[in-house]
Amino acid sequence: MSALLETSDLTIRFGGLTAVDSFNLAISEGELFGLIGPNGAGKTTVFNMLTGVYLPTEGAVHFDGNLINGKNPVQVARLGISRTFQNIRLFDELSVLENAMTGAHQHSKINLFDSLLRTPRHYREEKRQRDRAYELLEFMGLEDRAGLPAKQLPYGHRRKLEIARALATEPKLICLDEPAAGMNSGEKVELSQLIRKIRDELEITVLVIEHDMKLVMDICEKIQVLDYGKTIALGTPSEIQNDKQVIEAYLGGE
Amino acid sequence: MPEPVGSGILFGAPVLPLLDSGVTFEAILQQVANGIAKGSVYALIAVGYTMVYGVLQLINFAHGEVYMLGAYASYYPAKWLGYMPDAGEKPKVPLVLIAGLFVASMAFCATLGMLIERLAYRPLRNSSRLAALITAIGVSLLLQNGGQMLFGADPKGFPRFMDQESVSLGPVALANTKIVIIAVTAVMMTGLHLFVQKTKPGAAMRACSYDMRTARLMGINVDRTIALTFATGSIMASVGGVLVAMDQPRLTPLMGLLMGLKAFVAAVLGGIGSIPGAVLGGLTLGVAESVVGTWSTTYSEAVAFVILILVLLVKPSGLLGKSGREKV
Amino acid sequence: MARMFGILIVAIAVTFGLNWLLDSFVDDYVVRIINLCGISIILAVSLNVINGLCGQFSLGHAGFMAIGAYVSAYFTTTLRYFDEAQAKYVAIEPVFAGQWGFVPALLAGGLAAAAAGAVVGIPTLRLKGDYLAIATLGFGEIVTIMITNFEKVGGANGLPGLPAYSNTFWIYSFVVLVVMLSWALQRSTFGRALIAIRENELAAEVMGIPASRLKVTAFIYGAFFAGVAGGLLGHLLQTISPATFNFMKSIEVVVMLVLGGLGSMTGAIVGAIVLTVLPEALRDVESSVGLPGIRMVVYALVLILLMIFRPQGVFGQKELSLKLLRRLMPGSKDKEGEA
Repeated sequence: MSALLETSDLTIRFGGLTAVDSFNLAISEGELFGLIGPNGAGKTTVFNMLTGVYLPTEGAVHFDGNLINGKNPVQVARLGISRTFQNIRLFDELSVLENAMTGAHQHSKINLFDSLLRTPRHYREEKRQRDRAYELLEFMGLEDRAGLPAKQLPYGHRRKLEIARALATEPKLICLDEPAAGMNSGEKVELSQLIRKIRDELEITVLVIEHDMKLVMDICEKIQVLDYGKTIALGTPSEIQNDKQVIEAYLGGE
Repeated sequence: MPEPVGSGILFGAPVLPLLDSGVTFEAILQQVANGIAKGSVYALIAVGYTMVYGVLQLINFAHGEVYMLGAYASYYPAKWLGYMPDAGEKPKVPLVLIAGLFVASMAFCATLGMLIERLAYRPLRNSSRLAALITAIGVSLLLQNGGQMLFGADPKGFPRFMDQESVSLGPVALANTKIVIIAVTAVMMTGLHLFVQKTKPGAAMRACSYDMRTARLMGINVDRTIALTFATGSIMASVGGVLVAMDQPRLTPLMGLLMGLKAFVAAVLGGIGSIPGAVLGGLTLGVAESVVGTWSTTYSEAVAFVILILVLLVKPSGLLGKSGREKV
Repeated sequence: MARMFGILIVAIAVTFGLNWLLDSFVDDYVVRIINLCGISIILAVSLNVINGLCGQFSLGHAGFMAIGAYVSAYFTTTLRYFDEAQAKYVAIEPVFAGQWGFVPALLAGGLAAAAAGAVVGIPTLRLKGDYLAIATLGFGEIVTIMITNFEKVGGANGLPGLPAYSNTFWIYSFVVLVVMLSWALQRSTFGRALIAIRENELAAEVMGIPASRLKVTAFIYGAFFAGVAGGLLGHLLQTISPATFNFMKSIEVVVMLVLGGLGSMTGAIVGAIVLTVLPEALRDVESSVGLPGIRMVVYALVLILLMIFRPQGVFGQKELSLKLLRRLMPGSKDKEGEA
């Protein structure tokens, strides 16, 4: 099975600091993959390199047969990688439904004049986006909040809306950056089920960064552990749980 | 004054005749000297922009008006004391009184600067930067138009403190007032440097500009430090105002508008937030304007804005600034 | 689409009637203020697309107006200037003479401004916040300095003798056009994308929204209508000079937006009307109180107090939602039942 996403010796330096060092990652299509590590291990930096936000200093990222480092976030999104953010970045003044609709914008085939002159193509596009967004809100359990401005959503729902918006881009791979942060245990259980559903029902490959060990161990099939920018372990949840280096990284360095 | 009109490209738009054979090397050298004097004033005003921006990330649009009011704040006492220009008469103002006028203007502007901060900017410290920017524009308009109401729109002549005479300095000749501008600026900049680097309040300013939240946690009185930043910047601008008034005795309530914009450009050019940068930026801009002015005075007005756009595009952090990275 | 054209035709017929009514029964001074209001509305609504919807704070609107005004005047006005090569005064007859040349001249002005918008926008829109504001301000200043140096159109002295083509009909026809198109833009996938860029540019890009391209598009759109408004203003005032389009003019339009609420089109319209009528009203107060200049002082104070006490403007980002108004507007049916 060939990998959907593969990085080879991905390295990034900020000034003198090597934030991520020779990072290798291989995710196969349909996998539910976890990337974990202590604070400051460089996980979010990896996401930023995968999605075109940061340009790696060295190394390569291949996705679905394309070399994607050097591409900007818009190009990466169009190739089929979508993501959420650790510090939620919703479009606060838009409604919940409109937030999800913005995810569908990149697939619209109409031009500005269709919208300005209100051609039939415009109305078809609006319907397509609205229907798709609504489906995804239902999928995430947010359909009865569709008309609410996003800024009025409670915290847990904001995280879910970000996922719905990312799904609306019709990605092949979705990268979730600490999706459970700030959620209570009930919400976390619900979120675990949703993440599984994303993979099983929508058939989207999932890469998740998470602090909550229970959630990661629970849902991920494969886990890679990062510490100080370096991979220290890779394996199934049970292998990771018994890995000496991992235990040391989490409990040791105090 | 008719400008040279070139052959034209777009509807006969004038093209700058870059290679005018009438311009000699000496003439350019002379313009460089004039430019340093001009740039000194930009630098005096630019440090105020850069310090406030460093601390609050706010373009204090009203700063040019502080400079304007600095000039008026020495005009009225001078007038009251009866030192008005008399044609043909030798100026006989004692040095001590000149110093007094500077001090009066500095005190007035320091108070004004702190007042502006307290009344207009502090209530907005936690709102969007856009709201603060618009408020700054509002304060600028208020001072300009308030100035027009109080002082009238007609230009005011400033008392002559010294007879303007040309002093020969090697290949160039400079008016004595311009030499005073350069000398006073050098003294003020040295003073500012010592204040910021060697004193406790100066250290507090640097701390706030580095990280205001941490500075507060370290027990620094942030409100007082910000007020002090405004006061210091305003003092520098007021000195610029008095110096310009001495050199070109023509005060108008709108004199701060273009001067302020250009000084801001100087601050951006030097790297906003950096005091040495503001000085370097001011001098560079002054020299560039003067040299271009050898060919065309109106185009010299455009120099600042062309430089501004080029700097923003090529190196937004300016000559001596640090570049930041957005945290994702 | 048919509906859109239907509304447009009805609206233009109404402005035609309005023009006749005003001309026949209303005092010239009042008509002039109504016309100035229309021009302000075009400016505010078009700038709202850049500053309000897309969140790119531009202070260069007057620069685009100047380009539009001078280019349209170039086509409609006899240019008289001193030709150095021939060492005599010459006159160039207008390219488009007569009332019907007005629309092509206006469009030429708009297109020239739009082209300038592209030239300015493509490099500067990379800049954020106040840096963009100051760069666009610099652009506006450069435009006025260029015009000052351009003797064929009068240089610093200005260009007199523009034919008085602007009237209520033309001005309000363009008001209707810009309001309809901007409304349609706002309520479309492009409008949502622009708002997304304003709210969080990085997130928008990660969602595959081409932020740079859309920002430039918004800029060009705004610049086009600023150019048209400049042309309309020029042919209303009949004399234009670089000073007509200085930095203060840009600020004035920004204040209109801010008063109404940045991002709200109806707010922009109300702001434009208030800030066009209010100075005229204050002019009377000024002469009766005997304090010349108090007008601008009040103006500045209002701006400061507004920012301190209601920074979101009178309407915030909401639209003035009269049910009737909404039903009349095109695109109302894609509005879901929002709370």
